[in-house]
Amino acid sequence: MQELTGAQALVRSLEQQGVEVVFGLPGGTILPTYDPLLSSSLRHVLVRHEQGAGHAAEGYAWATGRPGVCMATSGPGATNLVTALSDAYMDSVPMVAITGQVGTSLIGSDAFQEADITGITLPITKHSELVTDVARIPAAIAEAFHVATTGRPGPVLIDVPKDVQQATGPWSWPPVMDLPGYQVPGPPSPTAIRAAAALLVRARRPVLYVGGGVIKSDSHADLLRLAELCQAPVTTTLMARGAFPDAHPLALGMPGMHGTYPAVAALQEADLVVALGARFDDRVTGRLADFAPRATIVHADIDPAEVGKNRAADVAIIGDLRLTMAALADAVAAALPDGAALPDGAALPGGAAGRRATAGTADWLAVLASWKRQFPLRYTQDSDGPLKPQYVTERLSALTGGEAIIVAGVGQHQMHAAQHYSFTRPRSWINSGGAGTMGFAVPAAMGAQVGRPGELVVAIDGDGCFQMTAQELATCAIEKIPIKVLIFNNGFLGMVRQWQELFYDERYSSVELGTAIPDYVKLAEAYGCVGLRCERPDEVDTVLDKALARTDVPVVVDFRTHDREGVFPMVPAGRANDEIVLGPEFSADEQRAATRREMEI
Amino acid sequence: MSTHTLAVLAENKPGVLSHIAGLFSRRAFNISSLAVGPTQDERVSRFTIVVDGASTPVDQVCKQLEKLVRVLKVVELSEGGAVERELALIKVRVDPAVRGQLLEVAGVFGASVVDMSPTTLVLEAVSSPAKLDALLAMLDSYGTCELVRTGRIALARGAGVITDDGPASTAFPEPAETAA
Ligand SMILES: Cc1ncc(C[n+]2csc(CCOP(=O)(O)OP(=O)(O)O)c2C)c(N)n1
Ligand SMILES: [Mg+2]
Repeated sequence: MQELTGAQALVRSLEQQGVEVVFGLPGGTILPTYDPLLSSSLRHVLVRHEQGAGHAAEGYAWATGRPGVCMATSGPGATNLVTALSDAYMDSVPMVAITGQVGTSLIGSDAFQEADITGITLPITKHSELVTDVARIPAAIAEAFHVATTGRPGPVLIDVPKDVQQATGPWSWPPVMDLPGYQVPGPPSPTAIRAAAALLVRARRPVLYVGGGVIKSDSHADLLRLAELCQAPVTTTLMARGAFPDAHPLALGMPGMHGTYPAVAALQEADLVVALGARFDDRVTGRLADFAPRATIVHADIDPAEVGKNRAADVAIIGDLRLTMAALADAVAAALPDGAALPDGAALPGGAAGRRATAGTADWLAVLASWKRQFPLRYTQDSDGPLKPQYVTERLSALTGGEAIIVAGVGQHQMHAAQHYSFTRPRSWINSGGAGTMGFAVPAAMGAQVGRPGELVVAIDGDGCFQMTAQELATCAIEKIPIKVLIFNNGFLGMVRQWQELFYDERYSSVELGTAIPDYVKLAEAYGCVGLRCERPDEVDTVLDKALARTDVPVVVDFRTHDREGVFPMVPAGRANDEIVLGPEFSADEQRAATRREMEI
Repeated sequence: MSTHTLAVLAENKPGVLSHIAGLFSRRAFNISSLAVGPTQDERVSRFTIVVDGASTPVDQVCKQLEKLVRVLKVVELSEGGAVERELALIKVRVDPAVRGQLLEVAGVFGASVVDMSPTTLVLEAVSSPAKLDALLAMLDSYGTCELVRTGRIALARGAGVITDDGPASTAFPEPAETAA
């Protein structure tokens, strides 16, 4: 049997695992592994901060569906990964982090750059292991990838002491995995599928509540089939933007705190909510007791612990969502008699595939259509400024045909991007949903661009967020990763400013950043990127055209956006979704009508 | 207080205890007691975890525990369907004048004297948690000065055996078939 050092075995295992790129930054305890890395088939992207490596691995995973890999040294290197691990855990992103650790004999002695990283990351990883035996390295790596990518995906951390990397051990591949307690849910129960299908066929006011699971399981095609078969409207959460085309007549947009009125109200009025790979997050449900009060709940998820965690399910479908979606669409098709006529021969959005055997959803869809007309996402862009973030997003959407991969930071710009970009396909929206990590966008866009090199990757970032991880522009410039970064520079921690405006009597405490420092154009240039600025609405198209045309270098655009613009609609935190506030673009009468929500079906 | 007793089989590997304890703290679940030790299979440890059903969603506890990679099996033992025992060592300050009385109380509860000094004695009691609580209440009037309890361990009554294979314990009830 061949003998390899632990470091060689680690690198060879990554190769065997099909890894093409590792984002990382070396240091003392991971040095042994960086040596064989040099002569391996792996591309190593040298980041400027390990948090960037973590988010890049996440962005890569979001964009490709393959696990992202990041690497760091012990102590501070490892702790710099913590935010990204937590982020990946909250958003179920498949990722493997490899950290060096001090030598086995030094563990526990407060040695130089020692940190108990498996202990620190215990509550924010799907699994972690401190590998103390060189012979276990191949199995530990294989298990890490298996656990990270199967079932409900998530981050796995493998911590390898320096002496274990240096020791020699037997090499063989594939190793025998030793995971007796790890079970991956398989196909759903046919009984549960039939029960859900029966409910869907009979529902008068159904809503498909689509979460990130649909994207992770690549089941968007069956989602389209299901929605059209049932003529059920679809709402895609912040994690699921792109799972269903926004231009589709059955699309309601995003639900939740900053969701569209039709999406929020449809869930409130629904008689049936079918949650598909979604987790009834508080940002979606508002005050839980008042969420979807009239609805029977079907909850399909791969993670049994999510079902019934926040809202009790009337029908629970546990299993691989891809199999669930296919089975559900088949079951609905079977439950609808062939050639069943439409009521009044009504034309169906979605075409010939749609047909109903029952009273149908036509009345419901008519109500939703009227809500879409009455209560759209509304903003005003005056021709002489100031520049509105919604306008920039809509122009970007138009100029890219909804085909760009959009990566967002966290804050107002993120919500504006999620609301106003018209998504056409899955894996084209990447953001920090569960954790809300400022600083996510630039490194995640970098990772996404590495994973999908031929495509247009555009980060929409806030001025606050951008400054948390901007140094990865250096990485992008040197590694020729031509991301576009659109900074919505409102000079404020805008989302926090909005909360202080609404809930703290306009007492603005520590939220003003100023628009001029740093000079983002000069900063971009200093990092070897192209820097552009746009201050007026009539320049937006030209500047965007110019930015999108550059495929050789990263581009940063400083959009000087309105500092007072809020994000609406809004359900204030802890309030019921029925208390949705349409915002200043709507009259008191319109708000009253939206709150009363008269409908008869 | 409605307590629930969980039998948790886990791989006997480093870090398993912190994974389980960490889960309870991260999810804000309350543990009333936890006892762990090896089983007849050296690769497997068995945890007996008692949770308070009033403050902690027991169903969530089971499902989250099952998700831990090193956890093999989670079974909730039904009340009355399991033999439950706890061991306590109790040091009681006792006046020679009432020592006889105290020994009588110990005898009633099946506790034995395992150490004695002129002013104290140490009792060892192995019993169901309820009986143990009753004994401790009785001893209070004498002056318990030191108490150590192991936490509950439990084994299902009857011929059934909890093994680390077989179906997961948190299966969902099948929905009733509705007429299509
Ligand atoms: C790391 C981190 N710190 C603090 C917050 C709280 N927070 C949420 S949004 C926000 C403001 C973001 O400002 P900016 O990037 O300028 O975006 P804007 O809201 O102005 O579009 C802050 C501070 C957070 N989400 N993440
Ligand atoms: Mg800002």
